[in-house]
Amino acid sequence: MSTTPVTSPVEATIAARRAAGGGALVGYLPVGFPTLSESIDAAVAIAQNGVDVLELGLPYSDPVMDGPVIQAATQQALANGFRLRHGFEAVAAITAQVDTPVLIMTYWNPVLQYGVDRFADDLAAAGGAGLITPDLIPDDADAWLAASERAGLDRVFLAAPSSSDERLVQAVTQSRGFVYAVSTMGITGARSDVDSAARVLVTRLREAGSTSACVGLGISTPAQVREVLQYADGAIVGSALVKALADGGVAAVATLAAELAAGARDIRAAG
Amino acid sequence: MSTGTHPHADSPVSDALHADSLRAQSGPYFGDFGGRFVPESLVAALDELSAEYALAKADPAFAAELTELHRSYSGRPSLITEVPRFAAHGGGARIILKREDLNHTGSHKINNVLGQVLLTKRIGKKRVIAETGAGQHGVATATAAALFGLDCVIYMGEVDTERQALNVARMRLLGAEVISVTTGSRTLKDAINDAMRDWVTNVETTNYVFGTVAGPHPFPAMVRDFQKIIGEEARQQVLDLTGRLPDAVTACVGGGSNAMGIFHAFLDDPEVALYGYEAGGEGITGLRHAATLTKGRPGVLHGARSMMLQDEDGQTVESHSISAGLDYPGVGPEHAWLASIGRATYLPVTDAEAMDALRLLSRTEGIIPAIESAHALAGTLELGKQLGPDAVILVNLSGRGDKDMETAGRYFDLLDAGAEQL
Repeated sequence: MSTTPVTSPVEATIAARRAAGGGALVGYLPVGFPTLSESIDAAVAIAQNGVDVLELGLPYSDPVMDGPVIQAATQQALANGFRLRHGFEAVAAITAQVDTPVLIMTYWNPVLQYGVDRFADDLAAAGGAGLITPDLIPDDADAWLAASERAGLDRVFLAAPSSSDERLVQAVTQSRGFVYAVSTMGITGARSDVDSAARVLVTRLREAGSTSACVGLGISTPAQVREVLQYADGAIVGSALVKALADGGVAAVATLAAELAAGARDIRAAG
Repeated sequence: MSTGTHPHADSPVSDALHADSLRAQSGPYFGDFGGRFVPESLVAALDELSAEYALAKADPAFAAELTELHRSYSGRPSLITEVPRFAAHGGGARIILKREDLNHTGSHKINNVLGQVLLTKRIGKKRVIAETGAGQHGVATATAAALFGLDCVIYMGEVDTERQALNVARMRLLGAEVISVTTGSRTLKDAINDAMRDWVTNVETTNYVFGTVAGPHPFPAMVRDFQKIIGEEARQQVLDLTGRLPDAVTACVGGGSNAMGIFHAFLDDPEVALYGYEAGGEGITGLRHAATLTKGRPGVLHGARSMMLQDEDGQTVESHSISAGLDYPGVGPEHAWLASIGRATYLPVTDAEAMDALRLLSRTEGIIPAIESAHALAGTLELGKQLGPDAVILVNLSGRGDKDMETAGRYFDLLDAGAEQL
């Protein structure tokens, strides 16, 4: 059986950063916060300031993986009238301005209601690279595996410190773009220390065959980005960017992105 | 088989049944419904729970310990009570109540909690968390945690802590920490979200004692198994009393644990009709209801694919019911499946109909039901009129109304001026 190999721009971007002696910076922002147009401007701004891969979150009523900062932002977006179609509009508007690959991060029910195939088609048409699915595990993902294969989209599954070796192999095998290594047992939000469990998890993912492992949860500073990229292919920052956007607007989030990117460029500068 | 003992001790029901038995379903899927839609971080804990539960189910010592707790602590078997004065208002059908309201802590919730806390002890975890709507599951969990010396944290929506203040006090008196959840709609669904966030973070030390037949596998099948003693007892009790099976079995449905508990023993009795009554709130033509199976669509909420109230984009719609325990926009996957194959029928009952039935049972039989259970009573009165005086209807009286006195006092204007603080 032969399957057509899909070239993943996300994977290529991460590999290029790695080859250049650093690692990739993945930046999360929710669509529709504080408004749809400002969320697009903010995403473009962080891409122009060194974020290598964009992770655009779709606001959802029951975000069980998210901590207070992202919950507050996405609840505000929903209160402001966020609709799923705004997600595709945002992807199209962003990819028209920057070459940075754009992944959508979404809980599963919105995709299910939109229609898995229709969602894949519309995301591909908008120029999106794929999906990060925090509450969809490969075990229950048959429809998405088929749709993403057909549409040539990346699919990023999560790996956790608690995952068995068998499940890590499954996550590596079924993911494309990267595997999202959850740094700690918990939810999104800045932490003063990145858990040492992250390093162990990435080592285990390497043993499971991963060549593209990005670490997320709790990363908020350039020093933490640099630390994580000592062993991982990418560092994912979410709540810190959302907080900067909430507190200081597009200018502030752009500044933070540039600082984080500096941490990602020359990881030998670790101190 | 003797009455009053349940068959855990000899063989688990699922092992003894043919594959085509409706009772043989043990998840993760019930037809198209069920599964596990959860963060990867929780999968190991759910696998551990599934494995430990399978071992416990096959262990006679576990069954014996649970049976002894039922007998000497929560008061099983619960009675059945025939209610002719109430039934006179329902077409004269024979109406028989299964008295889960008489259990220790006041509802069926204790059945499941004792099973899950024994399982927690077996796994070796020292901390339990739970969500609660009306507070009944929270009180039951706090009770069992006190009994077994476990740390206990209960998540409860802020709206519910206000309308069920007495249960908040009970939980705190029992030594539990009650966390008032202020996100989203500040009701049961948001309490579940926060409990899941806690579990993701503290899974190594903590077991999540889930309160209903919803959530990710193994909860729907496991919670049902811990509740099916209701129907197993009642089936035999009705046979003993009437010499035959009932024509219909009825229960209220929020998440659906008391309904699955009484339905399950009858699933393979095709002559017994099964009716679940959902919260119709202020009426199902508007948005202020919790009639998930009547008005919802298939979707994923809280870890399972089931029916749910949602908008076009898949955002969960806030539910409404005068009864906190039914105020939930989802429902257990086994109910969605039973509805889809036509084995059970689900109908809405409004706030007003439920409150009328609550008052009627109080005045005709001297039994004050929980507002949740009053939905089943109201539906049963209508069903009785349809089935006529020869019918026998078994109703799960899932809980007692003590916790609802503030709501009832206001609703019926029962309080003297100046005595508003209950």
